[in-house]
Amino acid sequence: MSDLGHVLILAGGLSAEREVSLRSGSRLRDALREAGVDADVTDADAGLIPAITGDPPSAVFPAIHGAYGEDGSIQEVLALLGVPFVGAAADACRFAFDKPVAKAIARAAGLATPASVTLPKETFHDLGAAAVLERIVATLGLPLFVKPARGGSALGASLVEAADELPGAMISCFAYGDTALIERGVVGTEIAVGVIDLGDGPQALPAVEIHPLAGGYDYAARYTAGQTRFYTPARLSRDEAAAAAAAAVTAHRALGLRDLSRTDLIVEDGRAFFLEVNVAPGMTETSTLPMAMEAAGRALGVVARDLLSVAAARGS
Amino acid sequence: MAIEDATPARVGRTSGTDPGSQESHEPPSPHGSLVDPYVGRYAARAQEMVASEIRALFAVAARPEIVSLAGGMPYITALPLDAVGEMAGQLVADRGAVALQYMSAQGDPGLRECICDVMALEGIHAHPDEVVVTVGSQQALDLITRIFVNPGDVVLAEGPSYVGALGTFASYQANVVHVPMDDTGLVPEALAETIAALEADGQRAKFLYTVPSFHNPGGVTLSAERRARVLEICQRADILVIEDNPYGLLGFDREPLRALRADDAHGVVYLGTFSKTIAPGLRVGWALAPPGIRDKLVLAAEAAVLCHSSLAQLMVREYLTGQPWREQVKVFRELYRERRDAMLEALSAVMPDGCRWTRPAGGFYVWLQLPPGLDSKAMLPRAISSRVAYVPGTGFYADGSGARHLRLSYCFPEPGRIREGVRRLAEVVGTEIELRSTFGAVPAAYRRSGAGPTVLTGPAGADTPQ
Repeated sequence: MSDLGHVLILAGGLSAEREVSLRSGSRLRDALREAGVDADVTDADAGLIPAITGDPPSAVFPAIHGAYGEDGSIQEVLALLGVPFVGAAADACRFAFDKPVAKAIARAAGLATPASVTLPKETFHDLGAAAVLERIVATLGLPLFVKPARGGSALGASLVEAADELPGAMISCFAYGDTALIERGVVGTEIAVGVIDLGDGPQALPAVEIHPLAGGYDYAARYTAGQTRFYTPARLSRDEAAAAAAAAVTAHRALGLRDLSRTDLIVEDGRAFFLEVNVAPGMTETSTLPMAMEAAGRALGVVARDLLSVAAARGS
Repeated sequence: MAIEDATPARVGRTSGTDPGSQESHEPPSPHGSLVDPYVGRYAARAQEMVASEIRALFAVAARPEIVSLAGGMPYITALPLDAVGEMAGQLVADRGAVALQYMSAQGDPGLRECICDVMALEGIHAHPDEVVVTVGSQQALDLITRIFVNPGDVVLAEGPSYVGALGTFASYQANVVHVPMDDTGLVPEALAETIAALEADGQRAKFLYTVPSFHNPGGVTLSAERRARVLEICQRADILVIEDNPYGLLGFDREPLRALRADDAHGVVYLGTFSKTIAPGLRVGWALAPPGIRDKLVLAAEAAVLCHSSLAQLMVREYLTGQPWREQVKVFRELYRERRDAMLEALSAVMPDGCRWTRPAGGFYVWLQLPPGLDSKAMLPRAISSRVAYVPGTGFYADGSGARHLRLSYCFPEPGRIREGVRRLAEVVGTEIELRSTFGAVPAAYRRSGAGPTVLTGPAGADTPQ
């Protein structure tokens, strides 16, 4: 066993990403145990606070995806409990989880991000949906990507190629949240760039290229092995790869993240567009961050152990 | 509004640059990775088995914070668990050498006798030799489909139909043709028309699959008059009837209706189960079939599982011979009646105008129709956020219909939870109605692009709990 002592992985939660999170959690636990760490998984429910106060872990690895896991809530609770944890602090999570806010911060830091509109459902109700949507199509053009302003795993997200698909896409989106982000559809090479910081500054891992075999990178394509082809490293030129790595590190720094993050980008005509950043990236068999670690010659368990050590040394 | 890039959009997904024609900082993997190395080797029937966001939502629905009106789990806690436990212990202690040994694929003869006694309550006179014990009635359905259906063969089923049956039919690549129901079950005229239309097209259904009593998910029951007509139509067209009857003994108002099989020993295969009258964890069901079909079923069962659990079969036999099981079924009936009442009262009290639902006289389910324009699958994430779960209607059809419907089950939650769940659902529906009125009518052909073609062509019910 490592000298890290007992660590706790948080997985589950009550979002639609619960199942994915449970898979991330159990994979992390196995990897950590292989790396000699005494790790357990626990859900974020009424048993969490007694579990942490009763037997305080040396550090916590939050692997809850979606709201609650990535919107800063769980990080705030861990801070209240005074327990060290891996990943961004609550404030940074709140900015990162809100896609329009994260885009604005990334843009201010000099990154390209697709033109977009962010509107709550009340606006459509009060001003008349048809007029607003018509203006959006006239301004941003087609295709469009519609997604909930907050959320992950492509849940509630749609690619809209014709204007008459837009109302349905809005309704699907509003099923997952009350604010929609409507982006110009940049269609290029989709990549995910992991960033880890083991105490010597954030480093980008090799970009993973995501190439769904049919349709888009939707929920089924994300979590069914064989539905998506992953290229690690991504099939990018040296300049494109360098630009993507720099963009991910810039986003990580600009958003005030720490330890690890995953930035999703689209490379179009040599230009990397920032889409969103994840503070608790997926760790399942079909998730890109573990693939990137492997491509960089780093074992998931060893990286996770080192991140937990960094967190433990930092303290609460 | 943030307009921060001026680059024109490029339509059509590119797959990056050609790895051979460019310089790369690291050698790229030329073929990429599909994560699963067996991807190219799966059978055609496995191609549509994919992850789905609806399944992901049901993972949340199982949490205690959520009132689940989704799953059809019997309320096992009402069983005399002490007595059952004692019985099981005694069985192993006294007859372990038999209970823990292999057994014939047809099943324990003593249990098959008991099964005939149970079926007699619905007017069926059968011989134990005609009974094949199966792993729940689900396996009987699987075996029946296996011995009758080639890929592309037509199977008739009610619309909506039991999701587990649709899953089985899909796995054998059957072509399911739905026949509509109304408040008294399958519509005989529609059945006759469907058969005639198929005939005109040079096709003949391999069988009609029907759940005549307390339908899952429909909540309706085929009337006695219609039972005779359905039998007559199928006899005339020489179409085998598969009568699936898991809920027949769980009627709230009257004695069990006479089974279809009671009036046609040659044209009906009857499927039964102890999952609702005893416990689903035992996995004991059965098929009652004419001799030719019975022989095939036994051979198919041997190929599938060698033999069914001897322990489970003997436990059921002990339970039926040594415990007051008829009294226990009455306990279940009363319990489910109270829950049905709680659900129907709550629905009447709080559901928005434009919703309609069935009023089951037994079984576990209410089938609810939403106002025009609403889509129960699209609404589910909002329901889960509001801490209530149901099953979207599309899972109960093989042809993509059912978007306006949803299934509510009242069997598992306590009445208070049912009322709270219905209250939450009413709010969700209210919000959805408002949203639909904001965005106007959505073209029926519209599908979320994000769901992709895989979900659209996926096996019916693949993402729906039983």
